[in-house]
Amino acid sequence: MRARPLPAWVDVGLLPVVNLVLAFCVSGLIALAVGVDPRDAVRIMLEGAFGSAEAIGYTLYYATNFIFTGLAVALSFHAGLFNIGGEGQAALGGLGVGLVALACDRILPAPLLIPLAVAAAALFGAGWAAIPGWLQAYRGSHIVVTTIMFNFIAASLMVFLLVNVLIAPGSMSPESRAFAASARLPFLHELFAGLGVALAPSPLNLSAGLAALCCVAVWLLLFRTPWGVELRTMGHNPSAALYAGIDTKRMTVIVLCLSGALAGCVGVNEILGVQHRLILDFAAGCGFGGIAVSLMGRNHPVGVVLASLLFGGLVQGGAELSFAMPSVTRDMVVVIQGLVILFSGALANLARPWLEAGFARLGRVAPDGAG
Amino acid sequence: MEDLIAMPLAIVASTLRVATPLILCAMGGLFSERGGIIDIGLEGKMLAAAFAAAAAAAVTDSAWLGLAAGILIAEALALLHGFACITQRGNQVVSGVAINLLMSGLTIVLGIAWFQRGGQTPALPQEARFMPIAWLGGHNLLVGAALLAVPATAWVIGATRFGLRLRAVGELPLAVDAAGISVAWLRYRALLLCGLLTGIAGTYLSIAQNAGFSRDMTAGQGYIALAALIVGKWRPVPALGACLGFGLLDAIAIRLQGVRLGGLGAVPVEVPVQAIQVLPYVLTVILLAGFIGRAVAPKAIGVPYDKVR
Repeated sequence: MRARPLPAWVDVGLLPVVNLVLAFCVSGLIALAVGVDPRDAVRIMLEGAFGSAEAIGYTLYYATNFIFTGLAVALSFHAGLFNIGGEGQAALGGLGVGLVALACDRILPAPLLIPLAVAAAALFGAGWAAIPGWLQAYRGSHIVVTTIMFNFIAASLMVFLLVNVLIAPGSMSPESRAFAASARLPFLHELFAGLGVALAPSPLNLSAGLAALCCVAVWLLLFRTPWGVELRTMGHNPSAALYAGIDTKRMTVIVLCLSGALAGCVGVNEILGVQHRLILDFAAGCGFGGIAVSLMGRNHPVGVVLASLLFGGLVQGGAELSFAMPSVTRDMVVVIQGLVILFSGALANLARPWLEAGFARLGRVAPDGAG
Repeated sequence: MEDLIAMPLAIVASTLRVATPLILCAMGGLFSERGGIIDIGLEGKMLAAAFAAAAAAAVTDSAWLGLAAGILIAEALALLHGFACITQRGNQVVSGVAINLLMSGLTIVLGIAWFQRGGQTPALPQEARFMPIAWLGGHNLLVGAALLAVPATAWVIGATRFGLRLRAVGELPLAVDAAGISVAWLRYRALLLCGLLTGIAGTYLSIAQNAGFSRDMTAGQGYIALAALIVGKWRPVPALGACLGFGLLDAIAIRLQGVRLGGLGAVPVEVPVQAIQVLPYVLTVILLAGFIGRAVAPKAIGVPYDKVR
């Protein structure tokens, strides 16, 4: 006999929190094992991530990356596709930004150049994801494997281009030359200073606004358009979608393109917003972080934002933690990300039987009491 | 003139050295995937084993205890993967990604806490490593183990009752279940074999090929093994061929670094190392797309078996 389904608020609200708590408990045990008092660690991380205006700026800046990659994963999940190529698509997005900026930063003014660079980021990300999408749709190769392979191909491509082609003349490290001022996205503290509001300086830039727009756009697309219904239909049951006359092959390619475009926007935040030059490895794991964010946020844009804030806080708090305790490096944050993916993703239903049993008991008691 | 003889020999030897962890990992992945469980987590298991082996060998000064520790941790992760994928019917790709990410962080966190060397383990003395053996042609014991693993895998998969049932469970678990054989137990055993082999692979990296563990020392080799498994169409001997091929590419890439190959007119042509390094991934994509032959995965791969349906 199967227990009756859980109330919606438990399924959507309580279960993800329980999973998260489990992941944090295990993280705490690991911290204990390496001789760090988890209470100290949590206090330092909370303070480091949310304790000051500057800290919040950094947290939001990191969260911006996770929103882009998290939305990318969430969108593809809704279509029943698993895009784990966010890392590579983000790298290519940065390449798009870099190429446009390097080619035009001395010709075009910022109001023309910035939209062009953003478009290039989305286009390059989309293009890099389109190939695995097309291969899955029309050649039957598994999207998970191809997107993994494309991550490695992207990494090699970036190394090759930066070492051999785009490297700044005379530079020893694989970096392009710095962009001119027209190819820089304004920092939020600069914008607000222009309006007469003083904000603490941080790398938080206009990309955060782009991320917010993307959230709304993804939500509208998924839940308020006929196309979104078709997309989710395909995710629930591809053969039903086919029977309903949906071109699932075309849909697969389009979904992957949109997903890749979202991931590519990481390049906007990092290259156009902060680094102002093309560098290697700027995506730094946020492609995989996006998987954690999407799983934790139940693939919903609102959940993705909440989870991104948490993960942004983790990254920023983790950085502060490694200042305070040099023995704890940022690798601890990677551990926590891994545990969140494990408990919110692969073991998502671990606590379900316990909750179901608990609610079944409640359900039995209540009618008795009423009768 | 000497180079003409010495270089090919050196390339053969270094091919074998590079291919050993790929072969072990690919055979491990073969058991898992023929049983219907996707194993993205080869990389994480190998990394964890490399760390555990180096840590244990550093503390005990025994290569064999290092090997035991490496195998033990890889088996533990294989069981975790099994619990998530078989018992909990979770998403197999997600579980693999989680294991990889978790291990890439945890090996460093623990390494710093235990050895205070920024994530590296102390350099191992010769007696705590698997050293080259003369009668193995100057290779170490684990290279021999890798070469033995291929016929052993081929035999288990192709000629034993367990292998037959495992292949069936990867294609049509319902049939195996209907025959009264436990799908879950078969798959758990496949994952344990996978853990054993990836454990040896990781041990090889840290205490045979190198003299200690360093950050991210697997460097994507778990994924290359996965690629080799696919290029080998989920069969042991072709997978061995793919591993050796990828190993050869790597050996050539190391040798070609900075070497200029002839020239087009006045312009010297240098083969970029990245172009060679990227070949395994490109080949896998092309093969999966069916442009050269066809790589067809076990039919039930990635689908949790639900008895109730």
